[in-house]
Amino acid sequence: MSPRSQEQQMVPDAGFRSYYGRPVLKEPAWKSPDVPAYLFFGGLAGASSALAVGAHRSGYSELARVARITAGGAISVSAAALINDLGRPARFLNMLRVFKVTSPMSMGSWLLAAYGPLAGASAVSAVTGKLPRAGRAAAAAAGAMGPAVATYTAALVCSTAVPAWHDAHREMPYKFAGSAAAAAAGIGLLALPPDRAVPAARLAIAGAVAEQTAERLLERRLGAVAEPYRSGKPGELMLAARVLSLTGVAATAAARGRNRVLSAVAGATLVAGSAVSRAGIYEAGRASARDPKYTIAPQHTRAAARAWPPRAGDTPADDDGW
Amino acid sequence: MTDRMGFFTDTSLCIGCKACEVACKTWNEVPEDGIELSGMSYDNTVGLGASTWRHVAFIEQPAPSARVQIPAVTPARAAAPAQAPAQAAAPAQAAADSMRWLMSSDVCKHCTEAACLDVCPTGALMRTEFGTVVVQDDICNGCGYCVAACPFGVIERRETDGGAYKCTLCYDRLGDGLTPACAKACPTESIQFGPLDELRERARGRVTELQQAGETKARLYLDDPEDGIGGGGAFFLLLDEPEVYGLPPDPVVTTRDLPRMWKHVALAAIGLAGAVLAATRRSRP
Amino acid sequence: MAECHPVGFQWVMEAKKRGARVIHVDPRFTRTSAVADLFVPLRAGSDIVFLGALVNHVLTEEKFFRDYVVSYTNAATILTEDYAGPEDLDGVFSGLDREQRLYDFASWRYQGGMVRSASGDRRPPPEAGSGQPGDPELDQAADADERARAHPGVRAAARGEAHGSGGAAAEPFPDTDPTLQHPRCVFQVLKRHFARYTPDLVQEVCGIPPDQFAEVARLITENSGRERTTAFVYSVGWTQHTVGVQYIRTASILQTLLGNIGRPGGGILALRGHASIQGSTDIPTLFDLLPGYLPMPHVVGNEDLDTFVQAESVAGGFWANTRDYMVSLLKAWWGDAATPENDFCYGYLPRITGNHGTYETLRVMEEGTCRGYFLFGQNPAVGSANGRMQRLAMANLDWLVVRDFVMIESATFWKDGQEIETGELATKDIGTEVFFLPAAAHTEKSGSFTNTQRLLQWHRQAVEPAGDARSDLWFTYHLGRRIRAKLAAAPDGAGASGELDAPIRDLTWDYPVIGEYGDPDADAVLAEINGWDGDGKPLSSYTQLAGDGSTACGCWIYCGSRAGGVNQTDRRTPGKDQDWTAPEWGWAWPANRRVLYNRASADPDGQPWSERKALVWWNAHDQTWTGYDTPDFIAGRPPSYRPPEGATGTDAISGTDPFIMQADGKAWLFAPAGLVDGPLPVHYEPQESPFPNLLYGQQQNPVREIIRHQRNRYQPSGNEPGAEVFPYVATTYRLTEHHTAGGMSRFLPYLAELQPAFFCEVSPALAAERQLTHLGWATIVTARSAIEARVLVTDRIRPLRVQGRTLHQVGLPYHWGRNGLTTGDPANELAHLSLDPNVHIQEVKALACDVRPGRRPRGPALRELVRGYRERAGITDGTGTEV
Ligand SMILES: Nc1nc2c(c(=O)[nH]1)N[C@H]1C(S)=C(S)[C@@H](COP(=O)(O)OP(=O)(O)OC[C@H]3O[C@@H](n4cnc5c(=O)[nH]c(N)nc54)[C@H](O)[C@@H]3O)O[C@H]1N2
Ligand SMILES: Nc1nc2c(c(=O)[nH]1)N[C@H]1C(S)=C(S)[C@@H](COP(=O)(O)OP(=O)(O)OC[C@H]3O[C@@H](n4cnc5c(=O)[nH]c(N)nc54)[C@H](O)[C@@H]3O)O[C@H]1N2
Ligand code: SF4
Ligand code: SF4
Ligand code: SF4
Ligand code: SF4
Ligand code: SF4
Ligand SMILES: [Mo]
Repeated sequence: MSPRSQEQQMVPDAGFRSYYGRPVLKEPAWKSPDVPAYLFFGGLAGASSALAVGAHRSGYSELARVARITAGGAISVSAAALINDLGRPARFLNMLRVFKVTSPMSMGSWLLAAYGPLAGASAVSAVTGKLPRAGRAAAAAAGAMGPAVATYTAALVCSTAVPAWHDAHREMPYKFAGSAAAAAAGIGLLALPPDRAVPAARLAIAGAVAEQTAERLLERRLGAVAEPYRSGKPGELMLAARVLSLTGVAATAAARGRNRVLSAVAGATLVAGSAVSRAGIYEAGRASARDPKYTIAPQHTRAAARAWPPRAGDTPADDDGW
Repeated sequence: MTDRMGFFTDTSLCIGCKACEVACKTWNEVPEDGIELSGMSYDNTVGLGASTWRHVAFIEQPAPSARVQIPAVTPARAAAPAQAPAQAAAPAQAAADSMRWLMSSDVCKHCTEAACLDVCPTGALMRTEFGTVVVQDDICNGCGYCVAACPFGVIERRETDGGAYKCTLCYDRLGDGLTPACAKACPTESIQFGPLDELRERARGRVTELQQAGETKARLYLDDPEDGIGGGGAFFLLLDEPEVYGLPPDPVVTTRDLPRMWKHVALAAIGLAGAVLAATRRSRP
Repeated sequence: MAECHPVGFQWVMEAKKRGARVIHVDPRFTRTSAVADLFVPLRAGSDIVFLGALVNHVLTEEKFFRDYVVSYTNAATILTEDYAGPEDLDGVFSGLDREQRLYDFASWRYQGGMVRSASGDRRPPPEAGSGQPGDPELDQAADADERARAHPGVRAAARGEAHGSGGAAAEPFPDTDPTLQHPRCVFQVLKRHFARYTPDLVQEVCGIPPDQFAEVARLITENSGRERTTAFVYSVGWTQHTVGVQYIRTASILQTLLGNIGRPGGGILALRGHASIQGSTDIPTLFDLLPGYLPMPHVVGNEDLDTFVQAESVAGGFWANTRDYMVSLLKAWWGDAATPENDFCYGYLPRITGNHGTYETLRVMEEGTCRGYFLFGQNPAVGSANGRMQRLAMANLDWLVVRDFVMIESATFWKDGQEIETGELATKDIGTEVFFLPAAAHTEKSGSFTNTQRLLQWHRQAVEPAGDARSDLWFTYHLGRRIRAKLAAAPDGAGASGELDAPIRDLTWDYPVIGEYGDPDADAVLAEINGWDGDGKPLSSYTQLAGDGSTACGCWIYCGSRAGGVNQTDRRTPGKDQDWTAPEWGWAWPANRRVLYNRASADPDGQPWSERKALVWWNAHDQTWTGYDTPDFIAGRPPSYRPPEGATGTDAISGTDPFIMQADGKAWLFAPAGLVDGPLPVHYEPQESPFPNLLYGQQQNPVREIIRHQRNRYQPSGNEPGAEVFPYVATTYRLTEHHTAGGMSRFLPYLAELQPAFFCEVSPALAAERQLTHLGWATIVTARSAIEARVLVTDRIRPLRVQGRTLHQVGLPYHWGRNGLTTGDPANELAHLSLDPNVHIQEVKALACDVRPGRRPRGPALRELVRGYRERAGITDGTGTEV
């Protein structure tokens, strides 16, 4: 019996093993779209910087240029989103008061503090063409940091009490990496004719496949706690994201490095897929925090399994009522 | 650092008077938290949050089959009536069709391994000389990370000013050698304040007494330094499973997994770099 | 108790830790039940059957404390042949005058003693104190009954006042039979009287199953005797009934039989209400009392000091010294102006000419006789029964002064009261001029609180009052000062007006003022109450008081509270630094005695009944009484002492008579005088009940106080046609989170958020029967009005099997009104005015009502709904008023 419906009838008894069906945890106070945006653009920026270096190395200079500009733009948006989400934006610099390895947000802040200006500089130089050598140096440095920028946010969301995030901490970084790669590549495909973005096509497919694989593994391992990724609003978002990125993969393949339109479609869907999946992950986390069963049931099972023989009167481990 | 100070909340002594809630708000000038009937028995503050640092839960449930006798905690004073009457036999039939009403005063656990403190990027959350966990309001930038990290849903961001708030274990009062307001106001000593070691000692004695008296479900919660949060600076004696009171059955501080997380983040980053290199291996024809 | 006296309840929890068992008897499962070892739900209004059955059990199973009963109670005393009880008269006692709705007590006397009925108010506050053991008592002259008969008006006014529980005259000594065998001895009468009260009857009337009753009987009897004592704790759940005082009487009989009075861990503890409500009877705010339970003079029979003293003092016991107490009081009030020549200004005292009680005053307000009204910390628009009647009466005043913290309903009814909404009143038609004067709170003034243990505790001012707020002491003193100034200025008070003014002009009215606002020094007031001798030296004990005008004392029982010029009530020695009776914490009247009648804690020979329960004892070596507590006995009087024939005053008290305020020194199982509704308790149904009285033909208390008024219609009861229209029993009560009429809680955010809405508590079964939904709305209806409440459906309210059918009870906290942060209908809209005849307390604990889903109609439609109900129930002005 759901505690809610019971609550309508009378002061509920504790039959359902929770306190009036109220959440044990506080939902993340983060705003949407700020935080999903922060995650998405951070990933996009990081992967773009990396792509820029590779593209430059292999002589795809337009691709490199696009990637550098993308990185610069994306990281600015990402930072803006983060600051805007603070309860007290004026105090965002307090982030740099301390350096805490136990706080992914602290590490991230330092990382961004170092990466942001470099990515920005490289973008500016790419746009204006001024100081080409310095610009390239900045791009190289940003490129080196890019992968970390694209993946640390996985630790940031996973290092919480939110069941659907925390329990997914093994797969989340790979999912984020793949998602970031697909997005960065997607921009390349959108911006350039296929023949000038060949590496982007390859990266796109690799990224999207990696993301989807990580997601499958995550859902398999989490079992019931993965429910929010499949059901409700977050479920729909995750589904949409999947359709989009798989469409992207298909379109990329179909474009075969020639068809400009297909290739552009691929780019767009990949970018969209990445963005939507961040939103999906964010919503799934909130849903898992809102419903006490995702907090209580696994813990109850764990505790009961540890306490053997079970304490008199406790509900047996296998009867989690859900 | 002085002795680590904390709370032992013995819910078997709680009479649900809410003096603790009111004393806390009065002393700490915590704003009113909404005047709305919840229908959750006599609980209308509903849970801990930015503007409720002590919260009394009320649970109406069927009584366990055998009525039990709450035994003596303290040996009787000389001058006062001594041992209980010979026939301590508990009125059994009273149990039939009867119910019980559990009451429990919840508070920030002041975890030994405090997730909120670990993840706070500004250092606003700090560990005091009393071993308690306190937010420095002048430093908090409202990033909300602590909110998502707390395994008990204690700390919360206050919409009015964006800052994160929770029980300070009356840091100011402790500084002046005073008992925290809530404990001071508690008429039945359900909230006991003191050095953590002493409290744990006392609590173990109390729970054995209750169990011997037939309170089969009596158990200590967060008293164990070996548990997922390294033990609570505030721990509890419960008469039913933790989840019944809205408490997580087996909380684990999230940052225990952080090293593994960083490892996977690193591998993923390397993977990303590798993928980019692979994708750009072949130079442009 | 956990709900309403949480701080005091810490000691119950402490006792529990030491092995005490807690039994809670209440229609509802409350916070007290939650920590009790045994919860006994019963039908509201049926306790006399429950307690009576316990008395019967103790008598028939021979569980009583024989030695105690034989020596210390009037069990052996023999009654006259004139006495007839409910068994003989189908539920009433001999002496019932159906015209006057009064009893003549002549036939309730002891044999062999011409018993005089007593005077002086033994009345507790309109509070929980009814029948609190040890309220001082005094006796009165033989002409009391004659006088009263000659003046029924006065007698009606006097009621409990002129016939308080005075001790039977100490001489000539009544006939007794120590073997308790005489058919007319109190013990045998008691046995016959309670024989009907069986466990089966308990089940039928109270809805308590026999096995649960047996459990209670076992626990109580096993825990009483030489080695152990049982305490009863009650409050207004027992008093707010038309038979409230008799509830307490039944408990007193039980406790006396079990030997639980005057002993540590025993007694019947009346938990009080407002802080210092005990103080408000010691130094009364009641119309019929003077300080220290001296009766307010009657217009008849108390013409001058001598007739007063002659009428009100007693041959035996401490009330023999009435003159000393009275004269000292007059000296305190009128000082040098009070001389032997002018009868110590006795003539200045007002006289009782009728019943001037609160509810009676409503009538004279409507008549226009009472034009002005002071409300000092009272909110009758919400807190008093039949709120509509209260408000409509106040709307008839010329002026009303409200001294309070906040804008309570009693101060704003003229602009936003319910009658404005229903159209019964229009603001423009209300002539009442309302003055609101902000009051200072207890933190803003010094003074004393007297609690239920008669313990005076001093509290010190923490801050000066904010804004215009002033203490009540400030207001009273400066009002008096200004009036006196005007009178002084007036053309010399010769002639009639002069004589009229004399009582005020001659008052001693010169207290030192302190602080920013010239507050009178409360300590100086206490000094006057404590009293001084001719040289102005503080007195230390009431035994020093004299009737010749050489001593002044504002309240004889408080004499000693400032002994040695030291404020004894301000003592705060921690418990750990003194023995368990804590004599150095505050000061208890009389003589800092913590347990009244404590001589009963020792056996007739003066030795403790048991070591465990030792409190005071006779020290043969020093020939004196001693112990942990101040002995409540004449210090040097040996157990062997027997009063010589014709002894008077304290000399008349035998060495084995612990109950020294009773003229016969005995605890009364049978009360030959003092209660206006019978010498023994009888179960009567409440004024309004869905059930007939199973015991007797007599349905209700025959002498209950009835107020016939169009706004106070009563409902049919039991088998009368129309009773079925009100099938449920409602009871009203308090929540920990709020205080009484709400002025101190509804306006405070930290309290309002804890109980944010007026609700009714119902069982799932009743919810189903009346389609009520949890958190939805219900409308509760009586013949007076209808109110709406949010619904809490809970197992804490349990349907009962009563007289073979299911009874549903409805719980209604009474704290809500129209003002404040949380608002709601006041439960008192539903209540009627049918009062306990001894203490004039309203019956708000057991009301018959109907419950319907949804909200109540607004405006005139509300009155329509109620009128409809009255018609369906066939209610007339006579309904429910039968004797
Ligand atoms: N928090 C708080 N404390 C208070 C007050 C307050 O308003 N709020 N008010 C103060 C005052 S003025 C007073 S007088 C005291 C009153 O203190 P209490 O008397 O404890 O207060 P109530 O809740 O009115 O009544 C007590 C119980 O009587 C039960 N009851 C009703 N009818 C019957 C009956 O027929 N038989 C029995 N056995 N029980 C019955 C009710 O269900 C209720 O639980 O509290 C004082 N303390
Ligand atoms: N239905 C129902 N009705 C009841 C009862 C019940 O149980 N059921 N209980 C009855 C009982 S026991 C009582 S005591 C009455 C209480 O009924 P009331 O006395 O009418 O109600 P209170 O709210 O206690 O009123 C006290 C007022 O005094 C104010 N006040 C507090 N301190 C001071 C002060 O120092 N000076 C001044 N001037 N004002 C002050 C407060 O703000 C408050 O408004 O209700 C009675 N009515
Ligand atoms: S309970 Fe939550 S808020 Fe309190 S210390 Fe632990 S983690 Fe922090
Ligand atoms: S909200 Fe404030 S206290 Fe919480 S983590 Fe962020 S900075 Fe620290
Ligand atoms: S310790 Fe202080 S801050 Fe914490 S709950 Fe108690 S009163 Fe409130
Ligand atoms: S003050 Fe004590 S008894 Fe009252 S609710 Fe809080 S913990 Fe329980
Ligand atoms: S309100 Fe005052 S009197 Fe009542 S229980 Fe609390 S402390 Fe005692
Ligand atoms: Mo009261």
